[in-house]
Amino acid sequence: MYGNTSLTAEEAKIVNSTVEDPEKLAEFEARITRGEKIEPGDWMPDQYRKQLIRMIEQHAHSEIVGALPEGTWITRAPNFRRKLALIAKVQDEVGHGQLLYSAAETLGKTREQMLMDLLSGKSKYSNVFNYPANTWADIAVIGFLVDGAAIVNQVINSKGSYGPYCRALERICYEESFHLKQGHDNFVYLATGTKVQRDMLQEALNRWYRPLLHFFGPSDRDSQHSEKLMKWKVKLASNDDMRNQFLDQYVPKILELGLTLPDPELRRGDDGIWVFGDPDWDEFKRVISGDGPCNAERLEVRRYSELAHRWVREALMNPKEKYVTPLA
Amino acid sequence: MNTEAIKDLLYRMADDALIIGHRNSEWTGIGPMLEEDLAFSSMSQDKIGHAQALYNILYTSFGEKNPDVLAFQRAEKDFRSCQLVELPIGEYDFSLVRHFLFDHAEALRYSLLEASSFAPIAGLARKVRGEIRYHVMHADTFFKQLSTGSEVAKARMQSALNYALPFALGIFEPSAYEEALIAEGIFAGEARLQELWLQKITPLVAAAGLQMPAMDTAKAVYGGRKGYHSEYLQPLLAEMTEVTSIDPSAEW
Ligand SMILES: [Fe+2]
Ligand SMILES: [Fe+2]
Repeated sequence: MYGNTSLTAEEAKIVNSTVEDPEKLAEFEARITRGEKIEPGDWMPDQYRKQLIRMIEQHAHSEIVGALPEGTWITRAPNFRRKLALIAKVQDEVGHGQLLYSAAETLGKTREQMLMDLLSGKSKYSNVFNYPANTWADIAVIGFLVDGAAIVNQVINSKGSYGPYCRALERICYEESFHLKQGHDNFVYLATGTKVQRDMLQEALNRWYRPLLHFFGPSDRDSQHSEKLMKWKVKLASNDDMRNQFLDQYVPKILELGLTLPDPELRRGDDGIWVFGDPDWDEFKRVISGDGPCNAERLEVRRYSELAHRWVREALMNPKEKYVTPLA
Repeated sequence: MNTEAIKDLLYRMADDALIIGHRNSEWTGIGPMLEEDLAFSSMSQDKIGHAQALYNILYTSFGEKNPDVLAFQRAEKDFRSCQLVELPIGEYDFSLVRHFLFDHAEALRYSLLEASSFAPIAGLARKVRGEIRYHVMHADTFFKQLSTGSEVAKARMQSALNYALPFALGIFEPSAYEEALIAEGIFAGEARLQELWLQKITPLVAAAGLQMPAMDTAKAVYGGRKGYHSEYLQPLLAEMTEVTSIDPSAEW
């Protein structure tokens, strides 16, 4: 899973720094215009490399941190079918993290460095995972809508210019389509179930509505743009465009099931643009800067996993024998 | 055929698989490295799948309740799992040693069952052979790599082994049906399985540079097979059924 973030001041600084060899730069940009993919050994502007590392790394962190809220429901999933589906789903998310760390490593930053930057708070992950999954209905909302939002984002990014990232995203999108199917199935079951189930789902939906609007990042009006990143196909759509695509795809499906969304201003304009009430961007900023309901908990779990198992990784670093011949 | 004997065997196996699968699934997202998260997660899916298949034999061959009811709505005292699988995941050393001890026993059990006179279980044993072989390979690889990887790791693995072994012997707690199972060619029996298991793991433990705890002093932790469980099973089951109990009349 993943969410878009706006171009921060730091990113803008990266983009506008180093001066590159104009000839190489022209050739690089011509390749991108022709629709070619850039591969790890190819020449690329320093700014391109740095921006991609940031993006892929954040995406990878989002996958493994995103595994946590759902992971806590594996032991509580209500039957064999849901339990097996949820374990497989969370496993996929961890696998996405692994794939993306590898893609980022091709640009010169190691997985260890990235994980350390996650723990130190230097490197971010999607804001949406700083909210709690309070009930089983949250799992339905996450599986259907958070994954749905992530797919909008990931499908767009898979058309980017960096080969390893695009290939990772293609595989990820393929797996995400199963998450969406399972999530939708779970969502529909609750929406069409008993009163207890419907109420549970409505409450979860009310709680997730804002984080979902926040998912794609601040409005284009309030975020810094970079023509260059668009031209280099590092960014391919604006936050507002992606948010609108998401609302267009999912709001009708939610309303169709007799559910409501906690926003009286929400409606689709004649121009196809969705209008919605102020989703409190100050809250978004608070949460992203570390003050959300679950930021500390999420990082604490990752920190435990890193520190408590250092002995395992150290012991495996220099194996005297790499593989044991299976005796079975 | 002695139906009570077969049912007892199926419940032991199914409950073990469900509970160990449940425990291993707790590593999803918090393992020592991403690759191990993925491995434990995948093995837990296999185990839970095996549990479902075993409950399904109980359902279709003996008219017991359907697999979801058997797994999610049975009282603690009706479970036949051994106490080894109920213990919390603890630290990675314990989880890995448990995985090593349990999966070898399970692999040997299934390979004996491939020749069972009770066709459904012989069929299942053949079907899961590939998965189980992968689990054992994973256990052997990490058991050895960790035990020989550093002094710290070796000490941790040794003490995990010392702690887990008496519980592992509880896997082989004899049932009231041993003779019937053997006489009817359904299963070679727990005593035979334990013997094969010891033959199998003793050299592996030695090759990993660890000491096998002395068998005469190791006291097997029995009880699970008769419904006497550790303090950890009840909370595990409560957690497992938390959602369904919100509205038992609903379909989830
Ligand atoms: Fe994902
Ligand atoms: Fe997903």
